[in-house]
Formats: sequence, C-alpha cells, structure tokens
Amino acid sequence: MTYLTDVAALTRKDLRVELRARDTLPAMLLFVLSTLVVFHFALPEGTGDDAAYGLLWVAIVFTALLGLARAWVPEHEHGVLDGLVLAPSDRSAIWLGKTLATLAFLVAAQVVALPAFVVFFAPLDLTALAGVLLADIGICAVGSLMAAMAASSRSREVLLPLLVLPLAIPLIVGGVGAAISPEGERYLLLLALYDGIFAVLSWASFEYVVTE
Amino acid sequence: MNWSQAELVAAAYGVVFVFVLVYVAIIAAKLVRLQRETTELLALARGREAAVRRGAASAAEAPGEA
Amino acid sequence: MSTSLIRTLPGLAALAAGLMGLAIVLALIVAPEDADQGISQRIFYIHVPIALTAYFCFGLGAWKALLLLWRGDERYDLESYVAIHQGTIFGALTLITGSIWARASWDVWWTWSSNQLVLFLVLFLFYCAYFMLRFSLEEGARRARSSAVYALFGVVLIPISFLAIRLAEDFIHPTVFTREGPQMTGTMFATFCVSWAALTLLAYVLYRVELAGKRLDADLRELREVLL
Repeated sequence: MTYLTDVAALTRKDLRVELRARDTLPAMLLFVLSTLVVFHFALPEGTGDDAAYGLLWVAIVFTALLGLARAWVPEHEHGVLDGLVLAPSDRSAIWLGKTLATLAFLVAAQVVALPAFVVFFAPLDLTALAGVLLADIGICAVGSLMAAMAASSRSREVLLPLLVLPLAIPLIVGGVGAAISPEGERYLLLLALYDGIFAVLSWASFEYVVTE
Repeated sequence: MNWSQAELVAAAYGVVFVFVLVYVAIIAAKLVRLQRETTELLALARGREAAVRRGAASAAEAPGEA
Repeated sequence: MSTSLIRTLPGLAALAAGLMGLAIVLALIVAPEDADQGISQRIFYIHVPIALTAYFCFGLGAWKALLLLWRGDERYDLESYVAIHQGTIFGALTLITGSIWARASWDVWWTWSSNQLVLFLVLFLFYCAYFMLRFSLEEGARRARSSAVYALFGVVLIPISFLAIRLAEDFIHPTVFTREGPQMTGTMFATFCVSWAALTLLAYVLYRVELAGKRLDADLRELREVLL
C-alpha cells in the first residue's frame, strides 16, 4: 500500500511542479503543432494519407523525447534525484511516478495534437487511437529509464534520443500499422507485448541505474 | 561500376580477411605501447630501488659517524 | 597434445585458424555451386555465420551483464563491454557482407525487404548507442550498471524488433526480392557448419585477446599509480 502512495506522491509532485512552472507542456504542444505544419510543407502533392500517418508518429516520438528530457532536468540540476534515492521508499517507485507524470503530459499534448492532425491530414479511427495510447505507455516507460541513465552524463540532451530511437522503432511500427493496416489488431498486440515486457524490465532495472 | 558475381564473392570474403588483418595491426600497436609503458615503469621502479638503497646506506653511515 | 593446451588462448587461436582455413576451402572450392543463384550463393557461407556470431556475442555480453547485476563483481563489466564490442564489429561485417550479397543477387546495395538485414541495422544503431552511453558516463559502478541494463535491453529487443519488422513488411514494401530457402545438400550443410564453428571460435579468440589487452592496460595503470 505504501508503494502506491509513494508513486502517487511522486506523480503528484511532478504534475504540481509543471502546473506552477508551465514550461514543459506548452513547449510540447507548440512543438507537435509546429511539426505537423512543417510536415504539410514536407509532404509533396499527391502523397497518400499513409505518409501522413508515418509523419504523425515521428512527431509523437520527438515530442515524447522533449517531454522526457524536461522531466529529468530539475531532478538532476537540484540534486533532487539523490534525495529521492536516499528516501526509504522502493526506488522503482521513482521510475513509476516519473513515467506516469510524463505519460500525463504526452497524452495532454496529444489531446490537442490528434484533432489537429485529423483536421490537417487524415482521419484516425479507434484502433489508431488505441495504438497511440499503447505506444505512449511504451515510450514513456523505456524513455524514463534511458533518461535516468543519461541524466548524469555531460551530453545528456544528445544522448537521450540516441538511446531511445532504436528502442522506439517497434513502437512506430505498431502505431503506424494500427492506423493504416486493415488488420490493426495485430499491431495493437505487438504494442501490448512491447509494453508488457519493457515496462516490467524498466521497472525492475531502475534501481540498478540510479544507485551508486 | 559493374561488378561480376565472382568479384563480389571475393569482396565479401576479402572484407572479413582484411578485418582480421586490421585487428592484428591494432594489437601490434597496442603491444608496442604496452612495451613502452613497461620500460618506463621499470625505470621508475629501478630508480625507486636505488633511492631506497641510498637512503639505507646514508642512514647506516650517520649513526656510524655520530 | 594435451587438452589443456587446446584450452589456452594460443591453442584456441591455432584451432580457429585451422577451422577458418578449412571453411574457406570448403566454401569456395569444395561445396557444389547452387543451380539457381550461381557463385553468389557462396557468400551465404560467410554472411550467415557472421550474423549468428554477432548474436552470440551480444548474448555473451548480456549474460556477463546479468552476472554483473546479480553478483556485483566489477570484473564482469569489462567482459560484457568487450563482448558487445565484438558483437558490434561482427554486426557491421554482417551488414557489409549482406549488402554485397544483395548487390550480387539483386543488383542493389541495400533492400528493406531482407528482414535479417533490417534487424541488424536496428541492432547496430542500438549497440552504437551503447558506446555513446559508456563514453559519456564517468567510470565507476554507475556506468557499469547502466551499461549492463542497456545490454540486457538489447537482447530483449532482438526478438521484439524481429516481430515488428515482420509485421512492418505488410505496409512498408511489398516483398519484391525473395531468396530461395536453403535446400542444402549434405556438403553444403557441412560447409555451413564448419564455417559457423570457425567464425564463432574466431570471435571468441578475439574476445579473449582484447580482454587480456584491456586487463593488462588496467594493471599497468595501477602499477604506475603505485610507483609514482
């Protein structure tokens, strides 16, 4: 029971910090909208809807990276992470709290971005939306762990995308497939499998990454 | 450039062969570097030993004079 | 020759050299030429074993990483790193020989419809990022453990990526290029096995050599600190 309260406390902390500072979420929102507009100019006339779905996923991944990078900056800069690690709670609770908070930001940004995409480009059905949600979970889970790894390095802004992008490839396949394939359920299964395996793996290995 | 099939097969095997040779070259360079370091450290160790012996010798003299 | 001589590094290296020589003779001369693909099929004898060896090295790296996290012995960090280093090199060789084979079979230097090649490209990127991670963290227990976790993620990524790439075939490219599955004769299969054994042993020998070199480096550094 205390584990879940710890997680809730940590998530609430991040959400409250963001509500006060209001820098991460607007940045993510503006970034994803600007990217969508750029894509309009990047796609030549006559390319089908399918290309647009691919670019949507590029936009989502990079917006997520933005959110992930911002999520760990205060931890590292103010030494909060060391304090959290010393706290008597299970360290994996830090990861879970962080992941849930980042997920909240990503979903919040998508609440605006996805309707914009539908208006600018192409429709999204229920399978596509389920794909977006499942992939969000995957990328936040894995990304939180990678961001923690990169947090103590000198080149963390560059390192985080390098670490996350290869891992994000199955998610992109799943998301795009869910959107455009007639057999979208198979891709949802792939995403669910990815989430299951990598979330558990990230949760279990977070402890090893942050302790000295 | 038009490659014949036989040339490509030779290229594939050749790449692996060259890789092994490059590896040998890298190890040879490392060996040279390790050799240099060991000689340096050996000189340091000998210097230390001589200093210790000189120190012991002068310590043996001083009580002898006093 | 006693068995302990074989187990020493020079013994293993000599065995690897012998097997490689045998493999090359078998692959280029003895094995019968494939009726459909002609001489370019012979690349199979070196490309596929190299790919399998790369997997072996990544697996070895992940195993050592698991041992590091489980037993906490710092020694495993270097062993994991060297294994992954070997795996990445063999991965690059897989991509190069695969590209040459694609050129020989279909006249293109790259194709997205070869699942194995695409998988290796993804893995290659992943493990290159491993080195980026290592070089940007300071030496210590934290770096060792982060590298170990990342190495474990790598092997889990292999089957999942493969599944994803298989599914991606449906909407990325129609499969234009196919290669006949190996309906190998006995000689062909034997050649493949010899080549596979030779390359795996070669990778292991190189792994041991590199490990010994790095340990020597560390010992000399320690000696220097004692003497200065």
